[in-house]
Amino acid sequence: MAGKTLYDKLWDSHIVRQQDDGTVLLYIDRHLVHEVTSPQAFEGLAIAGRKPWRTSSMLAVADHNVPTTAREAGISDPVSRLQVDTLDNNCDSHGIVEFKMNDARQGIVHVIGPEQGATLPGMTVVCGDSHTSTHGAFGALAFGIGTSEVEHVMATQCLLQKKSRNMLVRVNGEVSPGTTAKDLVLAIIGKIGTAGGNGCTIEFGGDAIRALSMEGRMSVCNMSIEAGARAGLVAVDETTIEYFKGRPFAPSKEQWEQAAAYWRTLRSDDDAVFDSVVELDAASIAPQVTWGTSPEMVTSVKGAVPDPATADTEVRKEGMERALEYMDLKPNTPITDIKLDRVFIGSCTNSRIEDLRAAAAMVSNRQVADNVKQALVVPGSGLVKKQAEEEGLDQVFRNAGFEWREPGCSMCLAMNADRLAPGERCASTSNRNFEGRQGQGGRTHLVSPAMAAAAAVAGHFVDIRDLEVRL
Amino acid sequence: MKSFTVLDGLVAPMDRANVDTDAIIPKQFLKSIKRSGFGVNLFDSWRYLDPGEPGQAIDSRQPNPEFILNQPRYAGAQILLARENFGCGSSREHAVWALDDYGFRSVISSSFADIFFNNSFKSGLLPVVLSKDIVARLIAACEQNEGYRLTIDLAKQVVITPDNEQITFEVDEFRKHCLLEGLDDIGLTLAHADEIRHYEERRRSEVPWQFN
Repeated sequence: MAGKTLYDKLWDSHIVRQQDDGTVLLYIDRHLVHEVTSPQAFEGLAIAGRKPWRTSSMLAVADHNVPTTAREAGISDPVSRLQVDTLDNNCDSHGIVEFKMNDARQGIVHVIGPEQGATLPGMTVVCGDSHTSTHGAFGALAFGIGTSEVEHVMATQCLLQKKSRNMLVRVNGEVSPGTTAKDLVLAIIGKIGTAGGNGCTIEFGGDAIRALSMEGRMSVCNMSIEAGARAGLVAVDETTIEYFKGRPFAPSKEQWEQAAAYWRTLRSDDDAVFDSVVELDAASIAPQVTWGTSPEMVTSVKGAVPDPATADTEVRKEGMERALEYMDLKPNTPITDIKLDRVFIGSCTNSRIEDLRAAAAMVSNRQVADNVKQALVVPGSGLVKKQAEEEGLDQVFRNAGFEWREPGCSMCLAMNADRLAPGERCASTSNRNFEGRQGQGGRTHLVSPAMAAAAAVAGHFVDIRDLEVRL
Repeated sequence: MKSFTVLDGLVAPMDRANVDTDAIIPKQFLKSIKRSGFGVNLFDSWRYLDPGEPGQAIDSRQPNPEFILNQPRYAGAQILLARENFGCGSSREHAVWALDDYGFRSVISSSFADIFFNNSFKSGLLPVVLSKDIVARLIAACEQNEGYRLTIDLAKQVVITPDNEQITFEVDEFRKHCLLEGLDDIGLTLAHADEIRHYEERRRSEVPWQFN
């Protein structure tokens, strides 16, 4: 019999019961909760007279709606405020651990879960947010769910699930300097498309993935959903285990060795069989820039905006034409000719300390270009912010003309006041370039933190490999 | 949950691939703490010419006459036809609630994003997967024939065209059962509460740190 994939192992160890048609009642170890997708679930529980099954599995935080400036004054938008207050009240009344807005540990739910050690290898992790795939970087089975499923997990600690297919994306070799985890995942999405991973759990492997830090692995798994896969995974290794030492929710000294021994089993067996395998060569991947309104509309910074006339199908051609019209771009325009109005460094994809260090290295002793109206840095959590300030990164950014903000989702999805005006063009380290994502009529180009920072200084995209800075 | 048995409904064609959940219900409307009332903002930035914000009076908005759902012939449509990868993007169930609140009971596409697909069943909105060729053919037929209707029979797993062509589709047995009967998932799961407790007990001894 063939060996098991990592996904098979995680799946099998969480089966409570299996129905004849293959539907499984899957146990959920960690339930992360935020303000946008939970109020209706709490309300559903209350209406049915039910209580959360195991509140110790839950960790809550408000991130989507919170302002990134002047927080002491509270939230000025009454609609946002009501949603955040509702989360606070629900958590207080059920005794759920919540990091409130002015708590030093508050931040983006997918940053704080791992940061606290609340996400651990071997767990099932869910959240009413599609970027829950981030946590798969630790060898946890992590995926986003809708609000009805949020309520289901609250009430039963389980989900009714059908198993996905196993897909392996192997990135072979070594990346060249200047190419980051973000570029790898954008290149993967460019290759397989935004529906390429539909119905699959993607395991990311190969030397280039193994060489990534945990921050880098999180950036890759984060965007599994943009490749259509609900969950992404990276096998556990010593980098993973090292990450959890001393984290508040991680196993205690007495349990540590037992946990670490278990975690080391969390890798696909050598003879495991995947339903599909995709291979990429790391050395051939240049820094990536999206040019359209879907993350698969991506090319190398050395490339140009493609011509819809070259599309292979009519549906794709129409999609490209619509995207170019929305983005106000002409075919064959070199990517480095695209000028920017704003730059956003943040989001659950790229707001961790390593991201901020990479961006700061690009702007040290430089200035944001005159044509860039605003350059924002929004750290992923209060603790990331504190760490960055201890390293003096905030001063590097401020000196260059960046704004240094409080943690939250911010301009990734513009539910708070941070947003693009119609027609504005942004280099963004976030994960989605859909129409209107960063503000109605706003135009988003997805890039890595270093590429975004370099673009802020130049006023247009530049190939960071051409810059005379230490990469 | 609302049940779904047989639907005979007017069809609206949305000739686009990769319709994402940000397009279906833009983020500014996700601030609501309710499950209802999203229908007026379904496809807001495509459907209206003026920028949409929560709480606007509907008669103050400027409908975009070009947008498919604003064309009088599609008023009251209950079935939405779209190209591949419908519902990609975020996990927001508000996308399903908005389609449902607007009056749609089913979406037909050649493929759906996983989370959207899952969410649909929870609100009684039936996602039907048909081949790319059939979807293309149905979109053309719908555009050519005003008042084009389809019948969707869930029990028989068949879409019936006005020419009485019977197109079968796949649906998961358990989901079909829940939808036909309008069953509450949570109630069904809680019937197995003892098994959940038993599993927890075992896991607590195997991986105690996960229960700290």
